Amino acid sequence: MGHDAPAGDLRLANLTKRFGVFTAVDDLSLTIPQGSFFALLGASGCGKTTTLRMIAGLEEPTSGQVLLGDRDIARLRPYKRPVNTVFQSYALFPHLDIFENVAFGLRRRGIRSVGDQVERMLSLVQLDGYGRRRPAQLSGGQQQRVALARALINHPKVLLLDEPLGALDLKLRRQMQIELKRIQTEVGITFVHVTHDQEEAMTMADTVAVMNAGRIEQLGAPADMYEFPATAFVANFLGQSNLLAAEAAGAGGGEVAVSAHGGRFSVPAGRARADRGPVYLGVRPEKLHLVGSADQVPAGHQHVTGVVTDASYVGVSTQYLLRTGWGSELTVFVANSGAYGRLPVGTQAVAHWDPRHAFLLHREPGEHDRTTPVLDEPVGASS
Amino acid sequence: MSVLAHVPTGSGQSAPLPAARSGRYRLLPYLLLLPGAAWLFLFFAVPLFQLAAASLYDPSGSLSTGYALTWAFGNYPEALQAYWPQFTRSFLYAGIALVLALLMGYPLAYAIAQKAGRWKNLLLVCVIAPMFTSFLVRTLAWKTILSDNGALVGLLRDVHLLGADGRLLATPVAVVLGLTYNFLPFLVLPLYASLERLDHRLLEAASDLYASPVRAFRKVTLPLSMPGLVAGTLLFFIPASGDYINAELLGTPNEYMIGNVIDSAFLVRLDYPQGAALSFLLMAAILAVVFVYLRRAGTDEVL
Repeated sequence: MGHDAPAGDLRLANLTKRFGVFTAVDDLSLTIPQGSFFALLGASGCGKTTTLRMIAGLEEPTSGQVLLGDRDIARLRPYKRPVNTVFQSYALFPHLDIFENVAFGLRRRGIRSVGDQVERMLSLVQLDGYGRRRPAQLSGGQQQRVALARALINHPKVLLLDEPLGALDLKLRRQMQIELKRIQTEVGITFVHVTHDQEEAMTMADTVAVMNAGRIEQLGAPADMYEFPATAFVANFLGQSNLLAAEAAGAGGGEVAVSAHGGRFSVPAGRARADRGPVYLGVRPEKLHLVGSADQVPAGHQHVTGVVTDASYVGVSTQYLLRTGWGSELTVFVANSGAYGRLPVGTQAVAHWDPRHAFLLHREPGEHDRTTPVLDEPVGASS
Repeated sequence: MSVLAHVPTGSGQSAPLPAARSGRYRLLPYLLLLPGAAWLFLFFAVPLFQLAAASLYDPSGSLSTGYALTWAFGNYPEALQAYWPQFTRSFLYAGIALVLALLMGYPLAYAIAQKAGRWKNLLLVCVIAPMFTSFLVRTLAWKTILSDNGALVGLLRDVHLLGADGRLLATPVAVVLGLTYNFLPFLVLPLYASLERLDHRLLEAASDLYASPVRAFRKVTLPLSMPGLVAGTLLFFIPASGDYINAELLGTPNEYMIGNVIDSAFLVRLDYPQGAALSFLLMAAILAVVFVYLRRAGTDEVL
């Protein structure tokens, strides 16, 4: 086992956690390369935090292994693992000042002269001079930095972050995202970041794993996953997608022909997760373009016709809902670049797209269109 | 048991009143204070002064001939000289009882606060339940438990922890056990209140930061339970060191504590000046102990 794994890779092998009859983490296997910034993304209850706690040792796996290099640490007590955690609640010790909070891990390992290290760590998280304050005297963002410094000072093999930015307001969260990324690059420690915020995951992580019901739906680089999601769940969890229920007739000539709601479309074979039977034809809202009539559609593009039922101006873009002939509402984001006038509600419009931007996903027979309502936040913003 | 009602500081203040009404309402807090202050004045401050005066009466007076206030400061060294063994015994017994109570009470409070789950309230009631009967009755019950013909003594004799005619009643052991039992709830309840607020996520964090369970207890649980520990030890130690019922019922004159001496000075020997002087000495000694303790424990929450 693990003979070809580099020394510091974190590998989860068939990791399972059951609470009674509920399976929180279901036979999870994945490899997190040393030094990477890895995000576990999923809605609450998907098992991402349980996975993190099993890596930290705060939860014992029902079965499976947690391998660090080729050592199985799954049954080690948490205080014996070279792993540290930034907790969602920060869990700073209220009776100790900032200096002692940060020095806690060093002192427990019997290191005497901690002063220099603590000062260096405090300046890494830009809290020089805060050493003598108590956690309660700090703002949420500052407490978050202390929690980070307290974990990082131990130079863990893996740093676990459990929704560390969840309690911060939007602006501070953005700032900390950039900050975390900078620190990760600086210290080169493997970061495993658990979040429900898809934008956060995409901004920071090299690799994102989308979890659903205790399993990984898809794993990959954020851009790859966004451009070509593997499942309908990912297509709608990572940003939004217009998914039309379609029937594929098989690949031929590098393309897959599909029919949906009486229209005929095609998708390059390389962008089809399924090429026969029930499929979803997916297009991202920002990949759709609106024109007034079918003869304005550029050559090579495919289109559907509808009526504008809603137009929300959100500054950076305008988000339209286009009701198609069969009753589904497509979401279309049009950048407010000044190139087009705005379409009033009630006008006939044609949404068209480059087939290379479409994708085909597997669909269970009987599942209908999945189109998401317009959010009142800009594209990609966290909800 | 006011220690249990931890009022959140800061949030209890009322909203600032509109300026136009402030004149009429400015006196309100003082009016609310009045009944309590009057009570304290009448039944604490006045008797205290009276007792202070009594401690300085001419010791040659008696209840029948009357006392004269002669500023007889000599009452104090005399009382101390005559009864210093009872003084030391009081603090010794109370101290040993405190240690025993801590050994039992801390794990008990911890278990109720952190581990009891849905049994929490039931267990708390069990801690308080003995208080539903009188102190005297409880102590008399211990007299039965520790009696020479009782099961406990029989068992201890059988396993040769006690000699064939060894006994528990009328020994220092009995008095210390009585003190431990009678004042245990006063220690457990404030400790429980402190430990109940302990966030177990802090223990997870400590464990994540290389603290073994023992270290996590010493570095996180114990310091965070300090306010309850200090309040509990004071609530235990102060009445225990002044107690006389346990020594009276479970001990002999050889186990008498300072409370017994004060009791007899006032009610048997009718030596009011000496009783008053001893009372003040006890109060001063307790205050000194408490002061030193609080300085050492360093909890700003209590003082």
